Amino acid sequence: MTAPMTPPPAAPAPQHQAQAAGQPYWPGQAPAGGYVSPIPVRRATLGDAIAAEWTKIKSLRSTMWTLGTMLVVVIGIGTLIALVTYNVADDADFGEDSQILGMGFVGILLGMIPLLTLGVLTISSEYGTGLIRTTLTACPSRGRVLGAKAIVFFALTFVLTLVATTLVALLDAGLLADRTPNGVGGSEWVKATLGVSGYVAALGLLSLAVGALLRHSAGAITTMLGLVLLPPLLSLFMMAESVRPIGKALATYSIPSQLAVFYGAELGDDGPTGWTPLWIVLGVTAVALGGAYAAMTKRDA
Amino acid sequence: MIEAVGLTKRYGAKTAVHNLTFQVRPGMVTGFLGPNGSGKSTTMRMILGLDVPTAGRVTIGGRPYRELPNAPRQVGALIDAKAVHGGRSAYHHLLSLAQLSGIPARRVDEVLGVVGLQDVAKRRSKGFSLGMGQRLGIAAALLGDPQVLLFDEPVNGLDPEGILWVRNLMKRLAAEGRTVFVSSHLMSEMALTADHLIVIGRGQLLADMSVEDFIAANSAGFARVRTPDGEPEGREKLTSALVEAGGQVLPEPDGALRVTGLALPRISDLAHAADIRLWELSPHQASLEEAYMRMTQAAVDYRSTQDARAGFQQPAPGYAMPGAPVPPGWGGPGGYPVLPGEQPNPYAQQPPAPPQQAPRQPAPGQQAQPPAPQDRAAAAPPPPPVAAPPSGEAPPAPAAAPAPAAPEGAAAPADLTKRDSEDAR
Repeated sequence: MTAPMTPPPAAPAPQHQAQAAGQPYWPGQAPAGGYVSPIPVRRATLGDAIAAEWTKIKSLRSTMWTLGTMLVVVIGIGTLIALVTYNVADDADFGEDSQILGMGFVGILLGMIPLLTLGVLTISSEYGTGLIRTTLTACPSRGRVLGAKAIVFFALTFVLTLVATTLVALLDAGLLADRTPNGVGGSEWVKATLGVSGYVAALGLLSLAVGALLRHSAGAITTMLGLVLLPPLLSLFMMAESVRPIGKALATYSIPSQLAVFYGAELGDDGPTGWTPLWIVLGVTAVALGGAYAAMTKRDA
Repeated sequence: MIEAVGLTKRYGAKTAVHNLTFQVRPGMVTGFLGPNGSGKSTTMRMILGLDVPTAGRVTIGGRPYRELPNAPRQVGALIDAKAVHGGRSAYHHLLSLAQLSGIPARRVDEVLGVVGLQDVAKRRSKGFSLGMGQRLGIAAALLGDPQVLLFDEPVNGLDPEGILWVRNLMKRLAAEGRTVFVSSHLMSEMALTADHLIVIGRGQLLADMSVEDFIAANSAGFARVRTPDGEPEGREKLTSALVEAGGQVLPEPDGALRVTGLALPRISDLAHAADIRLWELSPHQASLEEAYMRMTQAAVDYRSTQDARAGFQQPAPGYAMPGAPVPPGWGGPGGYPVLPGEQPNPYAQQPPAPPQQAPRQPAPGQQAQPPAPQDRAAAAPPPPPVAAPPSGEAPPAPAAAPAPAAPEGAAAPADLTKRDSEDAR
């Protein structure tokens, strides 16, 4: 995936330059047929764009900061909660259906926020700096640029979140599994690691799409934070009889609640269960990415 | 070969580029000139498929940019020196572009050497000066070793050594048979670099000709004659003698006379016959910069207003500076007089309709009898060739265009704000 960083020493000067140096300049007297580059011409592909995006994302400090923060928050808070629970709780606190992996929930909820920021920045920083014009000049295919960004970002965040959630889950299980009556089930493992990572990475992808639509870093980050934090907050104020259904829906389908489903939370009778939250967020993200593609094609860069 | 046909771009009510038709040929450097906000950058962005034209089309080698196979290997562009992510090093910036274009990574070190940035390649570009940014942008343009090169204001912020380097680079690239299209607002720079000129103002074509033709058409020689100060009657006497002899006389702000149509010995003889002493009798050649200023003055969007302090200053000798007191016979604030005998620019006063629909017609009698100096005050710049009524709908931009010049031109432009390329959207 990565290109060689160190080029062969003393790359020979291209031949055309040597030729041109000796030859006097006569306007309009150029060789017939125009200029032909000695560098082999190869059609660029999606793979090339992915390699370029990988170079871009790893060569920025903001990537290291946001991803580092995510790892520290998820693993740190997860470890803290596990240790505190291990020392404070007694066996009576663990019932038949207690899901001990759920102790990773708070960490991932907070660790998600830097990922949303990174998702937005991946594309909005190009608009903010004007780099997008250079990028789209080098690759006029908007779909390829957006697709490569989405693939690289999703893969990176998914893998890192998976590492973090798996570490926390292993710690939780290692400390507390023998104190629960039923231990930790297989589907519980999969949902708390793969499921959560997929959900969070998809949410990051959604923020990338929002960044491409709004093109403004601060605006897009605010939008995503609002999307995560406002619905549960608003639902608190919708207790009046007339608006209660709306408040209930907001609470049920808010992102923290949906995320909690992967840790075994029950969201009432009609709320999503199992893997449904992942399909919902993937659907929304697909629509947003489609919109972002249309916007990139139509609007002036 | 870049080809634009009827290229038009509107942003809401503002027309940034109006009905541009031109060709940029390979094997030579084509200069793209115009004042700030005249639509140069917008045109460049449309060539690169970044902005979508409202009407018309522009192609490179017969295809729109977005449909070019292997676009980065055919076209390289410097759009904006600031179009990099400041947190990324020069090397990684170029490496990502090379990877995106399917270019071998070792090409990055080659272009870094070409632009002289090899020593700072690993530094974050945030700390780069404007000149270093320009070099980085040029490196990005050269990355694909393309057949067509576009440079938007490449010498901005470069030191004299860098300017010379860019000039030679452009010429060398053109000598290799490439198409080189360079925008600038500096006529003097283009006169040295370019072989062909495309001049626009307020988004409309003002000139499309070779540099030699531009010089021939736009720079007229004149003689400067100065009579002793404090003897205005001598000056008036000489003026009438010169006009009688068939010369055209234009007073300059410092009291000298600008004479065309008469050879220097003849002026001397006439003065001698009229018994007038001369303090100065010198030949002058109007500079290309001046010709360009005259051509575009009506199309300047951003004109500074008079600074009140100017009222305390002596009028500068030589040309009237914008804001200096203007003697009679001059076009108004910042106005350059029309030199008698000068060929009016056929493009300058074009009616808004496309050229083929409204064939340019010389103003009746413009060659035969230039108007007397007093009349010229009203007429400068070049008398509009009877503006054919715009066919069909009249687009907004040309309505504000040149016609009777100075006062209107000075007042108009505030709303025609440029869509800045560094505008961070």
